Amino acid sequence: MTEESATNRGASARVVGDFLQRRREQISQRWADETLFRTVFTVSRDETVEAAGALVEALAVVAATGRIEDVQAPGFAGVREQLARMAASRARAGATPARIADEVAALHPSISELLTADLAEADGEGTGAHQVTLAVLLGTLRLVVMETALSAGEDIIERQRLQLLEVAIPVIKLWTGIVAVPLIGTLDSARSQVVMESLLEAVVTQQARYAILDITGVPTVDSLVAQHLMKTVAAARLMGAECIVSGIRPAIAQTIVHLGIDLGSVVTRASLADALAYALHQLGAVIVDRAATGGGPR
Amino acid sequence: MTETSGRLAACLPIRSDMDLAWVRQHVRQAAAEIGFGLVEQTKLITAASELARNTLVHGGGGQVESVVLDNGRARGLRLTFTDAGPGIADVERALTDGYTSGGGLGLGLGGARRLVHEFSIDTRPGHGTCVTVVCWAAGAPRPRKEAR
Amino acid sequence: MTGGPGIPDGTHVPVLMLGDVLLVTLQGELHDKAAEQLQQDIAAAITDRSARGVVIDVSGVEIVDSFLGRVFAEIAASTRLLAAETVVAGMRPAVAITLVELGLTLPGLRTALDADEALRMLTRASGYLSHVPGRRENA
Repeated sequence: MTEESATNRGASARVVGDFLQRRREQISQRWADETLFRTVFTVSRDETVEAAGALVEALAVVAATGRIEDVQAPGFAGVREQLARMAASRARAGATPARIADEVAALHPSISELLTADLAEADGEGTGAHQVTLAVLLGTLRLVVMETALSAGEDIIERQRLQLLEVAIPVIKLWTGIVAVPLIGTLDSARSQVVMESLLEAVVTQQARYAILDITGVPTVDSLVAQHLMKTVAAARLMGAECIVSGIRPAIAQTIVHLGIDLGSVVTRASLADALAYALHQLGAVIVDRAATGGGPR
Repeated sequence: MTETSGRLAACLPIRSDMDLAWVRQHVRQAAAEIGFGLVEQTKLITAASELARNTLVHGGGGQVESVVLDNGRARGLRLTFTDAGPGIADVERALTDGYTSGGGLGLGLGGARRLVHEFSIDTRPGHGTCVTVVCWAAGAPRPRKEAR
Repeated sequence: MTGGPGIPDGTHVPVLMLGDVLLVTLQGELHDKAAEQLQQDIAAAITDRSARGVVIDVSGVEIVDSFLGRVFAEIAASTRLLAAETVVAGMRPAVAITLVELGLTLPGLRTALDADEALRMLTRASGYLSHVPGRRENA
């Protein structure tokens, strides 16, 4: 790029910045009708226009400083939070990132029309270049919105992860000396750690000789989850308790075999009921079926 | 990259098995002050015990330096074990479970690495060994580190 | 003994005889030398007093590293050679988790929730738990 065109571009950015500043009220009114603003700010029209105005103002500053391609331009700083809120609000309403990007792009036509009209009133020179500048500026805005939307998403994910960890893992006493923990959902490393600690604590407080890990509610078992299960089993054994893994669905059993995971040292049962029956039997308790004529143990 | 600040907590010699007990004692106190959970504390003390014993048995003695870290989001403890012993020729092999040169179970280095969040080793035959480990108190960016 | 206030009883571990079982209670810090001494004391006590079993109560132990883990494994192996059985009792959850993470699962070692249960395991050599609910109904 030659020095001359760079200068022209800077000049064009200033013209566009000027235009945005002058036509701020008009643009805000038009943007307030666009999906991105209309669906987010629902309290009053004034509020919507004001929010749109703030964004126009920010774009005017960015253009005036000539940094129309710079996502990090200081001009965006003041509206980042607002943009993040808007993106988050749209995301909550079910809009995909691509849809939000489209909605930002939809802000372009109305403003482009105004720019054409505005420049026609003046000398009309370099209209094409100014339109390109405006397009670049709005493209940058789209990137800024996407960026804030993504980081907002990361924050939400991190918060939910911590919330999930905080949800108490229920360890249930099934019988004197038998505790069970029903595992539900995906097990990541942090969660498995919490499960392991809760179960082993219960082994101590309940004086449990048998601890049942029921994985009926676990959608998939990969090698990492299997490793965590085996670690829990090994730790329980060191403490003097026996672990039983129950609720292994046929599909999961196949996965485990396919992955070549050796659960050979682990006592497994198809259902929680079977695991309880096993533990009771080991403790010397006998289950009697009174309905059956023989009344023998199951 | 967040700024991590450090404060030197102690520098202890490792010359006898009595010193190993002091190292464990110091790490226990430091970890408790920082706010480590019981399990994290136990893991870190055990790792320190393994590494201090390596320093004593294989390095012919040395020292451990402990630094309390704060990266703005979490607090942690960094322990640096240094000896002027023969060094380790094959670090990868020394980190493998079952490898031993001192009659142990061969879990010292590899086992200690599994007990901490960050682990680095700097060694050259004839120039001693320096092992640095870092443990962050719960709430630290641990899950991301594990995702590697 | 020059140990400071933070290191209690690191030097010598008493071996008690309960019936025909040896009871060893470990507390707090255990020095390497004391652990090695304990290994010899137990072997000697088994032969001297013809004990049938050894219970190592570790409920008061906060740290078990690979050295101490190896000592347990060796005590178990050597007592077996002397026709006695070793049970490690009362290991804390944090210690168990750490040992597993360390890679030390001690597969040959018998374990119990507490010393009481360990003693029962050893004194009732065959079949455990005397109370069997429902046995009367079974008759």
